[in-house]
This record gives sequence, structure tokens and C-alpha cells, in this order.
Amino acid sequence: MTGVDVLLLALGAVAVGSAVLVVSTRHLVRAGLYLVVCLGALAGLYLVLTAELVAWVQVLIYVGAVVVLLLFAVMLTRAPIGASDDLDRPGWPAALIGGGTGLGLAALLVDTYRWTAVDLPEPGSAERIGEQIFGSWVLPFEVLSVLLLSALVGAIVLSRPDIGRRDATGDDERAAR
Amino acid sequence: MRPVIPYVTAALLFGLGVYGVLRRRNAVLVLMAVELMLNAVNLILVTADTTVRAQLPHGGQVFALFVIVLAAAEIGVGLAIVLQLYRLRASVAVDEVPLTEDPTPAVAGAVGSPATGERKAS
Repeated sequence: MTGVDVLLLALGAVAVGSAVLVVSTRHLVRAGLYLVVCLGALAGLYLVLTAELVAWVQVLIYVGAVVVLLLFAVMLTRAPIGASDDLDRPGWPAALIGGGTGLGLAALLVDTYRWTAVDLPEPGSAERIGEQIFGSWVLPFEVLSVLLLSALVGAIVLSRPDIGRRDATGDDERAAR
Repeated sequence: MRPVIPYVTAALLFGLGVYGVLRRRNAVLVLMAVELMLNAVNLILVTADTTVRAQLPHGGQVFALFVIVLAAAEIGVGLAIVLQLYRLRASVAVDEVPLTEDPTPAVAGAVGSPATGERKAS
């Protein structure tokens, strides 16, 4: 057990513990805040695993943007402040499938890697990752920009009711069907 | 560095995400559980990048960045759908969403105008 292992264990325990709270808490807003803790612990894990750029992008996009969006959605859907009892469905099938997936994958990975140790590679700084992205992965990068644009347009079209409104004849045809 | 520690963390996070998606009724909480699953995959990718010596260096971290971008796009469109559902039904419970074409609109207390809800629900 080196210092890196201890750090990985501690951050992993924080991440898993806050993830348990995310899926089990009865307060909607607290679920979002526990998600911040979980994502922050994951960013710490990335830092320990020498993925510097991924860690900071995680902090920027997940902790910064995605969680804020989720909290906005919590507010806009008029979520109740305080505990609410109707957040969950009966949990036995979910616990069975989720526990089976998680523990099965964990057993598989433990069986594969045992207690072996590897040396950490050189850190994934912005310079090295940038070389890779713009050297070997340019095409997926550009495709992703098109995907982001289409997601942007799609979100706008979805949230504006006056776009794509059918005329009266179209409604009549649907009613006749 | 023992790679088994982050791998097991990622496996447990993925299992918790699956549990959350199946357990929760509120659509926003379902999206949070989906985020947990996506982050578990990212952790697997970053850990594999440190343990596997590939021909192209840092491929795993580049893919993790791509997954983060995909997750951002997914959460944007997903929340737009959830908000539209709330405008139509005044509820975001995923087990109350009608899966068949239901001619009777349920727009009691909806934020949008009744005509809009009727049109979208039909």
C-alpha cells in the first residue's frame, strides 16, 4: 500500500458513499448536492491517476455545468423542498439488477487484476492530450462538434412550443386515424 | 498503483447508477443516476489508460473527454424533454408517462396552455 493507493481508496470511498446517497436520499435538492460530492471525488481520482486535463474538464463541465442544469430542472419542475415520499418505486427488482451488475462487474475486475501493481505513466497534461486529439482523433473531435450543434438545436426546438406546431388539418387527420 | 481499486470503484458506481435508474420515479433523479453510470465508464477509461500500454498514448483519456462532451449533450436534450413533459403533465414521474397513444389529455394544472397540451398529448 503506497500513498497513491491510500488516496485512491479514500477518494473511491467518498465517491461510492455519495453515490449511494444520490440514489437513496429522499430530498431532491440534496441528491443534486451529493452528486457534486461524487463528481468532485471522481475528479480527484482522475488527478491521482495522472489525468490532469480530464480532471479539470470534469470539474468545469460536470460540477460546473451539468449539476447546475440539473438543479435548474429541479427548480423548474417545482420540486418540493424537504423530504418527499413518492420518489421511489418498489425496490426489489432494482436492487437485484443493480446489485448484480455492480457486484458482478466488481468480481470480474477483481479476478482479472488481483492485487497487481503498475507504474503510473507520464501525466496526461493538456499538451500531450492536445497532441493526441488534434493528431490522431481529429475526425471524432469534429463529429462531436456537429453533435453538440445538433443537440443545441434539438433542445431549443423541444423547449419552444411554437416551433413545429401542426395546423388544424393535420390534427383532423390524426383524429380520423 | 493498484489498478483494482479504481476499477472496483467504477464497477460499484455503475451498479449504483443502474439501481438508481430502475428505482427512482422522478425523471430528474433518473438523469442523475444516468450521470453516475457515465462517470463510472469515464473512470474505467482513465484507469485503463494508466494500466494498458496502447500504441497511441493517452487514448483512454481522449475517449473520456469525448464521453464528457456526449454527456453534456445528453443532459441538455434530456432536460428539455423532462421540462416539456412537466409542461404537459404537471408531473415528472416516469411511471405515469403513457406509452400508448392516449386521446384523453391530462393537462390539469399544466403550465402550458390547454390547447398546446391537447395538441401534444394527442
